[in-house]
Amino acid sequence: MLSFLVKRLFQGIFVIVGLSILIFIIARIVPGDPARMSLGPRAPQFAVDELRREMHLDKSLPVQYFYWAEGVFRGDFGKSINTKRAVNTDIREFLPATLELALLSGILFIILAILLGLLAAKHHDKWVDNLIRGLSYVGIALPAFVVAELLLLLFGYVWPIIPVLGRLSPETGAPTHITGLFTLDSLLTGNFTAFFNALAHLILPALALATGPLFQEARLLRASLVDNMGKEYISVATGYGLPSRVITKKYLLKPSFIPVVSVMGMDLASLMGNAFLVEKIFDWPGISRYGMNAMMNKDLNAISAVILVFGIIFFIVNIIVDIIVASLDPRIRLGAKS
Amino acid sequence: MTKAQFKENTHLYWYKFSRNKLSVVGLCIVLLSVFFALFAEVATPYPQHVKAFVDYSQAGLAPSKAFICGTDIYGRDIFTRLIFSFRGALLMTVIVLSISVPVGVFLGLIAGYNHGTWVDIVIMRTVDVFLALPSIILAMAIAAVLEPGMKSSMIAVTAMWWPWYTRQVYGMASSLRNEYFVKNAELIGASRFHILFREILPNCLSSIFTKMALDVGWVILIGAALSFVGLGEQPPTPGFGQMISEGARYMPDLWWMTIFPALAIAFIILGFNFFGDGIRDMLERGR
Amino acid sequence: MNEHLLDIRNLKTWYRTYQGYAQVVDGVNLSIDAGKKIGIVGESGCGKTTTMKSVLRVLDERKAYLPEGEILFRNQNILAMKESELQQIRRRSISMISQEPSAALNPVFTVGQQMFDVIAYSEQGGSGPHKKEITDMAIKAIRDVFIPDPERILQCYPHQLSGGMKQRICIAMALVTPRELLIADEPGTALDVTIQDQIHRLLRALVDEKKTALIMITHSLGVVRELVDQIYVMYAGNIVEVAMTPELFRNPLHPYTRGLMDCVPRLSGGGISAGIYGYVPDYVHPTPGCRFSPRCSFAKEICRVQKPLLLEVDEGHSVACFKYTDAFTEDEGQEGRIRAEA
Repeated sequence: MLSFLVKRLFQGIFVIVGLSILIFIIARIVPGDPARMSLGPRAPQFAVDELRREMHLDKSLPVQYFYWAEGVFRGDFGKSINTKRAVNTDIREFLPATLELALLSGILFIILAILLGLLAAKHHDKWVDNLIRGLSYVGIALPAFVVAELLLLLFGYVWPIIPVLGRLSPETGAPTHITGLFTLDSLLTGNFTAFFNALAHLILPALALATGPLFQEARLLRASLVDNMGKEYISVATGYGLPSRVITKKYLLKPSFIPVVSVMGMDLASLMGNAFLVEKIFDWPGISRYGMNAMMNKDLNAISAVILVFGIIFFIVNIIVDIIVASLDPRIRLGAKS
Repeated sequence: MTKAQFKENTHLYWYKFSRNKLSVVGLCIVLLSVFFALFAEVATPYPQHVKAFVDYSQAGLAPSKAFICGTDIYGRDIFTRLIFSFRGALLMTVIVLSISVPVGVFLGLIAGYNHGTWVDIVIMRTVDVFLALPSIILAMAIAAVLEPGMKSSMIAVTAMWWPWYTRQVYGMASSLRNEYFVKNAELIGASRFHILFREILPNCLSSIFTKMALDVGWVILIGAALSFVGLGEQPPTPGFGQMISEGARYMPDLWWMTIFPALAIAFIILGFNFFGDGIRDMLERGR
Repeated sequence: MNEHLLDIRNLKTWYRTYQGYAQVVDGVNLSIDAGKKIGIVGESGCGKTTTMKSVLRVLDERKAYLPEGEILFRNQNILAMKESELQQIRRRSISMISQEPSAALNPVFTVGQQMFDVIAYSEQGGSGPHKKEITDMAIKAIRDVFIPDPERILQCYPHQLSGGMKQRICIAMALVTPRELLIADEPGTALDVTIQDQIHRLLRALVDEKKTALIMITHSLGVVRELVDQIYVMYAGNIVEVAMTPELFRNPLHPYTRGLMDCVPRLSGGGISAGIYGYVPDYVHPTPGCRFSPRCSFAKEICRVQKPLLLEVDEGHSVACFKYTDAFTEDEGQEGRIRAEA
């Protein structure tokens, strides 16, 4: 187990470094002068030149990379052209919002996918199953941003029972900052008004993000369960007189879960990245939206930092998923015959 | 293959494909989409509305007999613009897949066949780097740093699509290279080209095609996401995501500006998903 | 007449397919007494496994349909039993070994965990056995099948064990708690011949020791010759011949049995058999008469139209074939003597 982790860690570092180089190169191929864009069209040329020197834009690419990497090691991602402050600050402000969103979204889609998948498998080929399958087709076909817009339409105008924009209603103050996750912080400080308010704001964007993966995984789980139901070891277990609840909960569920977990992990890891459109629509001040704006405005430092953060999170989630899959499937964990 | 064999194969393929009625529905939708993409000019009532066109007297009209899906704030017929959007979506799909798949497969073959050598390591680590990011982010990053437009979107999506095929083919190629038929070919001195393309590749083809069929829906989805943020078709050319983005601003009053494009996206992606499922059923070995 | 341990009467099991019902088991009569060993011999797909799975009722309810028949275990009809009674049978009386040991063991649990569950839920050992007792039972069972180092094996996952070992473990699991009847479905088919032989000897030793009745399903006459006292020959869902082992080999009556005998390669003399002409039967649209008639070189008109009954032709030797009835003798003169079933 340990050697597996170490190996993955090495791989991961390599990948992240490679990623940073890739993004660095892409960002620098940009047409347009970042210094000029930062200061605006009316700034005097000497100011632009000075800024260029400051940003090391006059030096060669490898040197620029070196400066940037050095900064990263110190924890300094440079300054953002847009917000005009340290990218660090921006990240610290916006990252928790997206984390919170991704977390709730993940919890939602995992639990609902399991419930729906189990339900569909239990009554497979009956109307419940067909209903879920029909919903799944639609749910998978609708991109997250479309779902988001529809939810906005529904709850913003038709049936305004849930707040739609932002993280908190203006009158509710933000809870004391511990983790930056409003729901968690308000729970920890016993601030229940803030908790419910934050949760209410979270629900719609989380739902929009969760829709695609939810139905995808529900279908997958159903197929896996139904597939394994017909397997010999299940009828053998029945033949030994094991109670059916034991067979379903233990003998059927565990092997059926394995292919689903990997896909769930992948989708979970992508949640943060896919959040940018949802954040835009619901006016959610998250790092995804921040990154998107950075890309549109060619805010190099911000772009590199955001991509790096995403890459690291993606990598961490992938490792966790790999560990979970290995713990579920002894064939992966232990390899070939002893 | 003789003519009779070909006919029988076709029958078998069709049988497998059409077992699921939804796949046939998907096929119809796909054909319809292709038709729209090709013949939008003649299939729509107001083809001029996709060019620079403004008619404020007709702006913001609810769906009616004259304008089936209503008009937008510039007075353009939404229905016509939707039909034309099929063109962009399908064009992107064709271009993205026709470039990224061969490239990805080729690299995967090489990497898999040379499993364990530096060729393998270089290629697969590059793949890892590309796949280290959620797809949309990477596509956006690339598209955003290029000039906003259809061309850039296509480049961006192509650039981030090929690694998936490389990974898939790599897995198959590295296990196939130990099979006897490959070893035999090596022994009799077959060229590398022959081994890769005549021995290994044909065994991977059906899963490659299956993946392609299932990917179409995803490409369209990403394309829509990109056009939503303005990185796809540039105005006045319409695109699905772009139309939703525009329409969102005028919700709920001009609801038709958002709802119909949303339905259209669901329609096309659903159709291609069904079609993809059918292709997968068709290519699956055994019954 | 003594009560049989298991008595299958006119069992019909059909599978639902989209083309109609596949009549896989078509009126099977079979019985076995306590402590005896019988074998069911037939080619793949002839319904042997389905018949036995019907006994334990482990067929998929959505796919399998049993229009007729009774399965009496100690005079109680298994097919009419309630779930609770059925569970008793599965836990205490009858157990089954599958053809494919790899498929029979759940890949994500250790062998020990699976055996533990079998024992724990078997309701044997008074008021519920304790962990120590269960472990001891499991270890003993593994020793009984001659696997060394049972403690370590119990911690292993199925994929870590060889085919032969897995089959032994399946046997161990089937016999870990005392049983009255063991159904062995082609044990060792998936393994190579020498291992197969070991498994068969093992099985025989165990059932003799534990006085368990044995129903051995196989497609090979050679295998069954060594192991069982009485043989049922099955073809296309019907029992076509029943006889005590030495009698069957001495005097096979049914054309199919004769064909099977020819297929067994002999060490002395004889060449390669010609095989049995014809194709696997269609279960969805079966021949109305004798199901072997399309392949039978002796078939006459009556064979294609009417179904032959299983009739006793000699002491303890029954056959379902018109060749041994008046229907044939009318045309051909004396062939066999018929005695109606008592």
